[in-house]
Amino acid sequence: MAEIRVEQLHKSFGDFAAVKDSNFVVESGDFFVLLGPSGCGKTTTLRMIAGLELPTSGRILLGGNDVTFKRAAERDIAFVFQLFALYPHMNVRKNIAFSLKCQGMPQKEINRRVEEAARILRIEHILDKSVTGLSGGDRQRVALGRAIVREPMCFLMDEPLGALDSEFRHLMCSELRGLHDRLKATTVYVTHDQLEAMSMADKIAIMNRGEVEQFGPPQEIYARPASMFVADFIGSPPMNFLHFHAGIPRGSGEALLGDAVVEMPVLQEDVAPRDLALGVRPEHIAFDDNSPLRGAVYGSEYLGTTQIVTVNTQFGQIKARTKSTGEVRPGENVGLRFASSRLSLFDKQSGRAVRSALFDGAAHG
Amino acid sequence: MSGASTAHSVVEPSATSKRIAAFLVILYAVVTMVPLAWIFATAWKTPPDSISYPPKIVFDPSLEGYCNLFTTRTRQTDEYIESLGPPQGACEEVTRKREMVIAGPSNYIPRFINSLIIAFGSTFLAVSLGVFAAYAFSRFKIPLKDDLLFFILSTRMMPPIAVAIPIYLMYREVGLSDSALGMVLLYTAVNVSLAVWLLKGFIDEIPREYEEAAMIDGYTRLQAFFKVVLPQAATGIAATSIFCLIFAWNEYAFAVLLTSGQAQTAPPFIPTIIGEGGMDWPAVGAGTTLFLIPVVVFTVLLRKHLLRGITFGAVRK
Repeated sequence: MAEIRVEQLHKSFGDFAAVKDSNFVVESGDFFVLLGPSGCGKTTTLRMIAGLELPTSGRILLGGNDVTFKRAAERDIAFVFQLFALYPHMNVRKNIAFSLKCQGMPQKEINRRVEEAARILRIEHILDKSVTGLSGGDRQRVALGRAIVREPMCFLMDEPLGALDSEFRHLMCSELRGLHDRLKATTVYVTHDQLEAMSMADKIAIMNRGEVEQFGPPQEIYARPASMFVADFIGSPPMNFLHFHAGIPRGSGEALLGDAVVEMPVLQEDVAPRDLALGVRPEHIAFDDNSPLRGAVYGSEYLGTTQIVTVNTQFGQIKARTKSTGEVRPGENVGLRFASSRLSLFDKQSGRAVRSALFDGAAHG
Repeated sequence: MSGASTAHSVVEPSATSKRIAAFLVILYAVVTMVPLAWIFATAWKTPPDSISYPPKIVFDPSLEGYCNLFTTRTRQTDEYIESLGPPQGACEEVTRKREMVIAGPSNYIPRFINSLIIAFGSTFLAVSLGVFAAYAFSRFKIPLKDDLLFFILSTRMMPPIAVAIPIYLMYREVGLSDSALGMVLLYTAVNVSLAVWLLKGFIDEIPREYEEAAMIDGYTRLQAFFKVVLPQAATGIAATSIFCLIFAWNEYAFAVLLTSGQAQTAPPFIPTIIGEGGMDWPAVGAGTTLFLIPVVVFTVLLRKHLLRGITFGAVRK
């Protein structure tokens, strides 16, 4: 297993920059997720790591070796495609053995490895079937089998669960993570699904318009989003933004929203008067009739133990996640109280988070 | 779905419309089969039967057409024929009835072999060149790709025979006239544009992921092409081969113009089979019947391939 290091990676297609100066490190044995909306450059980044695209500039190091311009075949990586790319003219066994055949491995060793991979993935019973008749999940397992049988330096997966229906996707998520925990293989996983990313990843890099917006463990990204884009992309419902205009000096821990003073983590930089957004996660909102920050209930969605209450305030619409026991009626005027130590402050112009005590003690990648 | 349902179905055509469709198909088949049936029948007639008017629908089958197709004969006196002793085989018997003896084999078999060599050779060449070119056009960035593709197609925009005179002169100059190689090259040149266009369509349909997967698995692009792309393009290769073969097999105009002797193919040879007192129609019918067989066999063999590709579904789209 090996570490993957991506340095200043850049890729342009004509005038269009698909990936802009990306940097991240995937530590050996990590399950790393590249997350972002479609067209953000995550698949292009993955394909460059695989050697299916050549970067315009930058470097890719695999286990310490510079492989930036090496052919895919020379990189010792395995790739799982979104559409699986199982060879339809071969049966399951031949599909899994295809890469080993290329290495000229003795047939006995090939058989042993294929059986081993099939056992790990519990697909021994379909080894001699044609791939055309398989269910989505079995195809997924065969595609994984084709990857793990090689015992490569790392696995690259391009939305491998994208073609499965949602029920099955959850099952495969835990299966994939379980597989990773057993093999301890460095894995780069591309997805646009934040739930997949959050549930599986050791580290996540969130990409937007070709740039890595934030890189870190899921907890970190959730609790301390580095930008409004990340805050909005992660979480369901996503982080709420209260839009206001203010200048706040360094060392202050208060934001003035209309008449209401909202406590927040102490700022570590000066903010000149400008448009700001106060970010608050739905679960960090509580109803408190004494709070000066008011809003009108717009509606609520019942989710069993919790409910999502939508509240219109003069700073924007927000969604609060509260216990479903507290009943709210549409139109009702409510006071809002936030968990002050968990708030984020964003500069709306740049979208970046303002440095504050929130980031204290956070590990940065 | 049971056929017993009488309810109106959106997907199942009604019994009446099925009957009408079947009737039309059969009618069309009968109309197109009449000339073929005529040829098959003529091949088994005697020369007098073949030109009798009104045409004989019922007749005594005779081997004379096939015998005449494969032999050359000379007229002899009765005394000479009687001195030969009993006839060896059915053909000699038929021939002697016409007061003739078999002088030797005809040119039909060599011409037929020429046709096989030239048609299959040019088909193989056109399809192999076409599949490589189509792959390149499908997968790589090529400067002026669209213009090149149009240029390739444009070679088919005029009837090939329009360039017959220049080709005739050119072939005479370089010594390709009346040679199998010349005909193979000519038919390849005509077919390769068709092959490139047809195969490009088929290869475009094969997801790149297959080759990429193979290349990541350690294969070179060429190996990936042979191991992954070609097997999946089998359907398209089969279809293209049939089209190319049919053209090369049936081509008449260039064959008349450019081949006369050793490289002559069957199409210009068959109509020149002359018997006593004009065309030997039974022999022509026999030659045509046999001439149809290779293309029919080839098409039937590849038909399975044509159907197979439709069901491939290891990639969800």
